[in-house]
Amino acid sequence: MNSAASSRDPLALELCALSKTFKLGGGMLHKSRTLKAVNDVSLRVPRGQVMGLVGESGCGKSTLAKVLLGLTPPSAGDVLINGKAIVNANQKALARHIQPIFQDPYSSLNPRQRIEQIVGLPLRIHAMGTAKEQAAKVDEMLELVGLPKRAAQQYPGQMSGGQRQRVAIARALIMRPDLVICDEPTSALDVSVQAQILNLLLDLKDEFGLTYLFISHDLAVVEHLADRIAVMYLGRIVEEGTREQIFSAPRHPYTQALLASALTPEPGLGVPDIGLGAGQPDPTQPPSGCAFHPRCPIAQPECAQQAPALSPIAQSAGPGTSQGTSQGTSQGNPTRVACHFA
Amino acid sequence: MAQLLSSPVAATHHPANTWLSRLVHSTFKNRSLAIGLLIITSLGIVALLAPWLAPHDPYLQNTANRMVPPIWHETGSWTHPLGTDRLGRDYLSRLIYGTRISLFIGLVVALISGLIGTTLGVLAGYFGGRVDAVVSYLLTTRLAMPVVLVALAMASLMGGSMLTVTLLLGLLLWDRFAVVARSATQQLRDAEYVQAAQALGCPLPYILLREVLPNIAGALIVVATLEVANAILLEATLSFLGMGVQPPSPSWGLMIAEGKAYMFFQPWVITIPGSALFVLVLAINLLGDGLRDLSAPGGRNE
Repeated sequence: MNSAASSRDPLALELCALSKTFKLGGGMLHKSRTLKAVNDVSLRVPRGQVMGLVGESGCGKSTLAKVLLGLTPPSAGDVLINGKAIVNANQKALARHIQPIFQDPYSSLNPRQRIEQIVGLPLRIHAMGTAKEQAAKVDEMLELVGLPKRAAQQYPGQMSGGQRQRVAIARALIMRPDLVICDEPTSALDVSVQAQILNLLLDLKDEFGLTYLFISHDLAVVEHLADRIAVMYLGRIVEEGTREQIFSAPRHPYTQALLASALTPEPGLGVPDIGLGAGQPDPTQPPSGCAFHPRCPIAQPECAQQAPALSPIAQSAGPGTSQGTSQGTSQGNPTRVACHFA
Repeated sequence: MAQLLSSPVAATHHPANTWLSRLVHSTFKNRSLAIGLLIITSLGIVALLAPWLAPHDPYLQNTANRMVPPIWHETGSWTHPLGTDRLGRDYLSRLIYGTRISLFIGLVVALISGLIGTTLGVLAGYFGGRVDAVVSYLLTTRLAMPVVLVALAMASLMGGSMLTVTLLLGLLLWDRFAVVARSATQQLRDAEYVQAAQALGCPLPYILLREVLPNIAGALIVVATLEVANAILLEATLSFLGMGVQPPSPSWGLMIAEGKAYMFFQPWVITIPGSALFVLVLAINLLGDGLRDLSAPGGRNE
């Protein structure tokens, strides 16, 4: 948080009613179906914080990341980075502010390029400094992510998964972006390596004053890292609040089920029964009303009729939980939940 | 296992050295690659040094010295080790000069068709959608055309010559390049390193040439070797049918065509250029097989 970037706007990232729809199939004989991968998502990420984004596979997390990175245009809504809209912005200008760290370090590095080429690519594309300065910066960056100097001459095929992910981090951070989109950066790694990478990410965040949008389905990782957490279900955010609030007093029945599904290290307990019944509904034909109602343990008839809005909640305890204590609201950024009964 | 563990360290100390020695090592471990490479290299040297290697002028006619049999025949002589043809031209010299024609046509055709096919295939695979639809349409149109028939018809329209044959085959043989490049690019399009380059704002040519192309090159090289062999055979076919390289050029296909009247009594006029063709195409296919084994998963993981 000591970076020069912490100027005017307190929000590093703001999403305003962002939607991304895909048309599936469709030809002369078939009617095309639409898939709302991201549906009316609004989110504010304060500078210097880690926003965790959790949800099951296929809920739209990665599509959201792609939209933010400028890889695919949103169907509706706005993305603001440092208070400026990025829709239709120049990709190069965008790249200076926002960089990705991907899930699979085995496919995120070009196997035909040396590490120094991979890490130095952003500098070359953006013509930052002379070749000598670029090389010095690459060396410095490799050291910062904890790689030995000789790694610069290696190919990705000669490295372990953890080392590769360090390379990916070095590439993402070498231009000193404000915002880093971490798309499940540890889920492809060994458990022993995960912790190292997470701690490295936290150290670098403090060092460079970064803001993270941390996408994950691993609740333990998010709990370790995130300041605030947004829970996504079928393209919508169903609950958003501080880490303490989400973990100690979840309001939305989906968040509650998600937390209950986390595996415990206790042997003999077996896989927890989360009471969600069958799998996710077909996202091309989402249920009417609240998309979660077919799986919801407290669903009422009106849930099938009307979709609940994501609205700030007062601090009184909802029917779903009992311990709505002091944590909930934090300085003008209240907990929001999309449920009729929360 | 021990070798596997120590190789990264060794590679950092002498990257070029280890890389080269590993390449040489794996080349000679792969027998078909080694044999193919050996034959092609020697034929390449023969083609380059033809003026010095050929004992006679390949175009010099000597009607007093027609149909001399080769050396293994009882009436053969060392003046014409492979005999002479119906116009008294030295067969060995013609065979040596013919190597040039076959190799030139094979390489240039593979280059032209590779350029066309790879460009179309990479664009189709990368962009998908409408671009893919257009390229796929071109591809199915091309695949519906019988190559020999179209080449024959076009060559008879334009008049056969080495240039015509090269261009025609180059414009016809791009289909396999396009198919392979398209499917390989489709697999890479969503690779995270391509997305990382896109997110960086890399210009499109950079992404296609530096991120995509090097990673599909292995498959394309294998296709290229097959197409070289294919082009050489097609050139021989067209020349045999009189629509390819024109006399008096010493094309192997033409030599077979000119000898077909003597087939039953002086069979060497056909078997000699035929064997040369066989050996060259076999060598190229061996090379292609070997390269495919090298680039296959489980080979080198770089």
